[in-house]
Amino acid sequence: MSWIALKMLTGDRAKFFGIVLGLTFAAMLITQQGSIFCGLMRRTAGQIFDITGADLWVMDPNVRYVDDVKPMIETSLYRTRGVEGVLWAVPLYKGIGRVKLTVPKQVPVDPDQPAGPKRTVREPVIEQVILLGLDDASLVGAPPPERILAGRLVDLRRPDAILVDFTRLPKLFPYEDWKSLPKPPSLGQVLGDKIGRMLGLVHGPTPEQAHREAMGRFYERFLNRELEMNDHRAFIVGVCEATRTFQSNAVVYTTYSRAKRFVPQERKPLTYVLAKAEPGVAAEVVAARIASQTGLRARTSEQFIWDTIWYFMRYTGIPVNFGITTILGFLVGTAIAGQTFYNFTLENLKQFGALKAMGMSNLRIVAMILLQAAVTGLLGYGLGVGLATLFGQTSKGSELAFYTPWQLLPIAGAAIVLICLLASVLSVRRVVVLEPAIVFRG
Amino acid sequence: MSSVVEAQRASAVDAQASPDRVAVRLRNVRKTFGSGDQKVVALRGVDWDVFNGQMTLLIGPSGCGKTTLLSVIAGILDADRGSQVCVLGRDVAAMSGSQKTRFRRDSIGFVFQQYNLLPALTAAENAAIPLIVKGWPRPKAIARASEVLGLIGMAQKVNKLPSELSGGQQQRVAIARALVHEPRLIVCDEPTAALDHETGHQVMVLFRTVAVRPDRAVLIVTHDNRVFHFGDRVARMDDGHIVEVRTQKATIEEPPDVLA
Ligand SMILES: Nc1ncnc2c1ncn2[C@@H]1O[C@H](COP(=O)(O)OP(=O)(O)OP(=O)(O)O)[C@@H](O)[C@H]1O
Ligand SMILES: [Mg+2]
Repeated sequence: MSWIALKMLTGDRAKFFGIVLGLTFAAMLITQQGSIFCGLMRRTAGQIFDITGADLWVMDPNVRYVDDVKPMIETSLYRTRGVEGVLWAVPLYKGIGRVKLTVPKQVPVDPDQPAGPKRTVREPVIEQVILLGLDDASLVGAPPPERILAGRLVDLRRPDAILVDFTRLPKLFPYEDWKSLPKPPSLGQVLGDKIGRMLGLVHGPTPEQAHREAMGRFYERFLNRELEMNDHRAFIVGVCEATRTFQSNAVVYTTYSRAKRFVPQERKPLTYVLAKAEPGVAAEVVAARIASQTGLRARTSEQFIWDTIWYFMRYTGIPVNFGITTILGFLVGTAIAGQTFYNFTLENLKQFGALKAMGMSNLRIVAMILLQAAVTGLLGYGLGVGLATLFGQTSKGSELAFYTPWQLLPIAGAAIVLICLLASVLSVRRVVVLEPAIVFRG
Repeated sequence: MSSVVEAQRASAVDAQASPDRVAVRLRNVRKTFGSGDQKVVALRGVDWDVFNGQMTLLIGPSGCGKTTLLSVIAGILDADRGSQVCVLGRDVAAMSGSQKTRFRRDSIGFVFQQYNLLPALTAAENAAIPLIVKGWPRPKAIARASEVLGLIGMAQKVNKLPSELSGGQQQRVAIARALVHEPRLIVCDEPTAALDHETGHQVMVLFRTVAVRPDRAVLIVTHDNRVFHFGDRVARMDDGHIVEVRTQKATIEEPPDVLA
């Protein structure tokens, strides 16, 4: 019986593709929009994700999310260290810094003759950055080695040293030769390389590794360049890749004590205390203990990530906007797929009528329709999620926030099931009430 | 292709006939469509017997109720209350919906004017449908259907789709489908209407030679007077009644090699 249903379904290619396409579209839109939404939300907590060594964040009791900077007095650090179950605790400064520098620019001597002889002028550039001050001794909170594109993390201990995030470098150095920045490998190259590797034809570094190395060579030119950080001398010892934050400001790393020097006017320099729970003790338990003993707010990384995400969800229109697009995708998908599926059944009504006349029971006909719906649904779901993932892969490394948590997949699946059910319930109704006597009508 | 026809008047019912000779026994069968202003009385008290071992033709002007009557007999349309519809010894009027479905599946073969083949299935698959509906495994059903197709000269076409077949060939597939599960009653509505004269003639020859058997009744609705002489019995209908029944001795001079 099922093979008859499948042959009926695939017999008319155009219709079959129409139905699958509608479902693909719906599944893709839901997954893709959902992923961008999750990506953006995750980005809001980017700096918490970035700091991997610590599992506890201690802060002023009034802090609601990671960018909600409310400085504390430095004794908070020692009080945290004194709490039982705390393995270590280090300070973290987080604030806004102002980077200033002058860059050389070639301009024509005579403005009326652009092609004529040039002279060099020094042009000022000012850029706001997120300044992170890491514990001098441990450098807890620094980017992991694979995220340091050029230079060395340990050089951060040299006087006036800073580590800059590559995202905003074009703003700081606008006249650099940015055109020669190595392009990331295309999806085709990456896939081709993977296949070649599987067949044993390709060896050596992957396109991603090669790109990373080329980036490193490119960014080496910025090492040892001097700039002003809040009117203090600073020089670049490394270029790194920080997780993009929601505001997409560049991140500049330095040590905690140097950060204090960069921003001397602040009476309370300590923004966060990063701590680690002793092995065998749950971070939640230690967090609760810190909170009760110090009166400070203490959260595990996980909790703080969710605090931040929920804050942005509640106080920005982002979820609503994405909700609307996602619902739109669902509706459009339902309209296209549901319509085509329903029409498909209507056009096959005579065939179903003949089957009914020949003694096929309603139950089996319903099963056939449900099978047809299930097959198209599964195909549409697979293709849609696949396309969305492909989209996510191609947008990797770009400004786009794209993150697909596994929960999104059953959600998209449920939406597709709903569309298929809606479409097939209508169809089933038509076929069940169908008088088999129609088969004798011309 | 001339036939020798000797027609005789006969009565529509034969109360004396032994029960195993009678395939269909209708008494006072009425069918009304709609109600109020829309009311159409299609059958106005039909009394009629259809016999096994014969090909019975049902003729009459358009709109007189032939298709309606055929549908009632085949159990795909319910007659009005009070109608007596006895088919193959079973009281169809008293059956539940699912009983009727099972009855059709087991006992009735259908041939439609528009063939009603499933366009996505091959000839053999189409012809196998009644067996599939009965629960036969697919390979066995298709093998049996191919045999039947071979029997009616379609051996070369078993793997063709309906769209690759001529109208006559499609109707032959439909005939194979009506025969494959060896039903005791075969009902056909205008099986030759969509075919040219020559092809229609061949299809009727096929019916006479393959379908008619002592334990089976073949009932054909037609208004194609060129095929009237094929029937053993011709019932004429008018305005919801059977108005005349004739028996005749139909001999086909055509040798059955048209099947090849
Ligand atoms: N489903 C229906 N609803 C309403 N009226 C119907 C329906 N089916 C048939 N009729 C009416 O019943 C009458 C008999 O119709 P039927 O189809 O049985 O005639 P017929 O003898 O088969 O005609 P034809 O030779 O044109 O096929 C007609 O007046 C028709 O309009
Ligand atoms: Mg008719």
